[in-house]
Amino acid sequence: MVNDTSVTLAGIRLQNPVIPASGTFGFGFEMAGCFDLNRLGAISLKGTTLEPRFGNPTPRIAECSGGLLNAVGLQNPGIDALVSDIAPRVRTLCKTPLIANISGFSLDEYGICCEKADQCEALDIVEVNISCPNVHKGGMVFGTDPKAAAAVTRRARKATHKPLFIKLSPNVTDIVPIARACEEEGADGLTLINTLLGMRIDIRRRRPVLANRTGGFSGPALLPIALRFVNQVAKACRIPLIGCGGVASAEDVIEMMMAGATAVQVGSASLHDPLACPAIIDQLPKVMEQLGIEHLKDIIGIV
Amino acid sequence: MEKRYCTLESNSPVAPGVYRMTLSSDQDLRHRCGQFVEVAVPEKFLRRPLSVSLSQADRLTLLYKVVGGGTAALAALQPGAGLDLLTGLGNGFDIEACRNAALLIGGGIGAAPLHQLCRDLRAAGRQVTVLLGFNTASEILLRDELEALGATVHVATADGSKGIHGLVTDALQQVRPTFDYAYVCGPMPMMRALYPLLPETSEFSLEERMGCGTGLCFGCTIQTTEGPRRICHEGPVFKKNLLPW
Repeated sequence: MVNDTSVTLAGIRLQNPVIPASGTFGFGFEMAGCFDLNRLGAISLKGTTLEPRFGNPTPRIAECSGGLLNAVGLQNPGIDALVSDIAPRVRTLCKTPLIANISGFSLDEYGICCEKADQCEALDIVEVNISCPNVHKGGMVFGTDPKAAAAVTRRARKATHKPLFIKLSPNVTDIVPIARACEEEGADGLTLINTLLGMRIDIRRRRPVLANRTGGFSGPALLPIALRFVNQVAKACRIPLIGCGGVASAEDVIEMMMAGATAVQVGSASLHDPLACPAIIDQLPKVMEQLGIEHLKDIIGIV
Repeated sequence: MEKRYCTLESNSPVAPGVYRMTLSSDQDLRHRCGQFVEVAVPEKFLRRPLSVSLSQADRLTLLYKVVGGGTAALAALQPGAGLDLLTGLGNGFDIEACRNAALLIGGGIGAAPLHQLCRDLRAAGRQVTVLLGFNTASEILLRDELEALGATVHVATADGSKGIHGLVTDALQQVRPTFDYAYVCGPMPMMRALYPLLPETSEFSLEERMGCGTGLCFGCTIQTTEGPRRICHEGPVFKKNLLPW
């Protein structure tokens, strides 16, 4: 049997569909000494904003059944550091397609960041995050309204010729109008889903566990929710989807692709096991063999 | 960072709520003093970061305090159990920084990493004075082990039930030890209280609630004089001049 794991994402060939999700893989340096980054389908780099950000106060992490809450709050060194220093250095470590993950607090911030990412040769794909639940007056505000999502997409589309993905929030009543608005404004694809807004309370201290009060919930418990969103959007849009949410095994990757994803991001699984991505990539051909799948791309959206 | 599968050799209480766990493996378990491991816990998504008290090629000793469901689950494990660890995490203490005489200060479970630090400093021929602070006599950890390594150990208890009556800051002022480099590990209020009393030639091992322990999630960041740093990845040990206290 062939067991061809390659997929094509907005014109870019990935040797396999497994991508570490933004915010769960640093900028790639941390694991470079532990496994060959060239084995990954692509890498979605830590979310980046126009200005450097410290992020939220600690505690930023709270555990839950089936995952965790995080309220990191987009800690990052700023877009100039990404394009002039970080991305070129990651490029020296691997040939893997690199995804810049961009967040902003205004249309102009999104636009300027995308323009700068566009000029950076080391970056292959721009992923615009309109779904961060952990910053105020930004991020998710743009991802919960079709008009605002359209405006960000339009601005980002003007700013870059690179493949443009918009990362969507699950914290909405109906994702379809938002997904369609992004498609109509020229997005090359969509990444979904970001984290679900959640909260935990320390019952002894009678206060929230997270300093930010609320945070984004991620982990294996998210898989069925993410599958539903991906399948719903796959039926409504024609552009390729990157499925994200709760993926922790090769079987989960295949399930996400059957739901409609062309590629799959692995997030929280790397926080439990930093070698989760290469382990999933190792398992993929074996699981394909068991399921009689010769070419992984053949199963995209079959359900 | 390495993944290691270990066998639990022993796991028993050494003080109220504090356990000593020894683990064996046929893979190398050596750590730099001050490094930590992330232990996978049954039924929990996140691993638990535990500092290494002592490491040898085939054996690891962890001292940990039961503070919640995860550490309680660890305390319930029986010898023979298999454990999944990420090892060799964090930077560890800089033993080269001490030229002649070291001062080690530990508070509560923060004494844990001082065991190997003391061993390695003694092996390098350094004189070692240790100040240990606890709430009460029954909580005292590692005094005998550190004395057996040839260190001079002073204990302080907050309730005065043993040793110097007071905190490690009181012990520091009473003992007035001679040293050229200090190493500190303990609760944050203790370290902040010690900070102005110690020279620039000091370093502090910090703690924060962690997500991954491997630098991936940015969950345990602190502000330093050189910008944001992850306690798990660039730390947990920070030189005094990096801490903007």
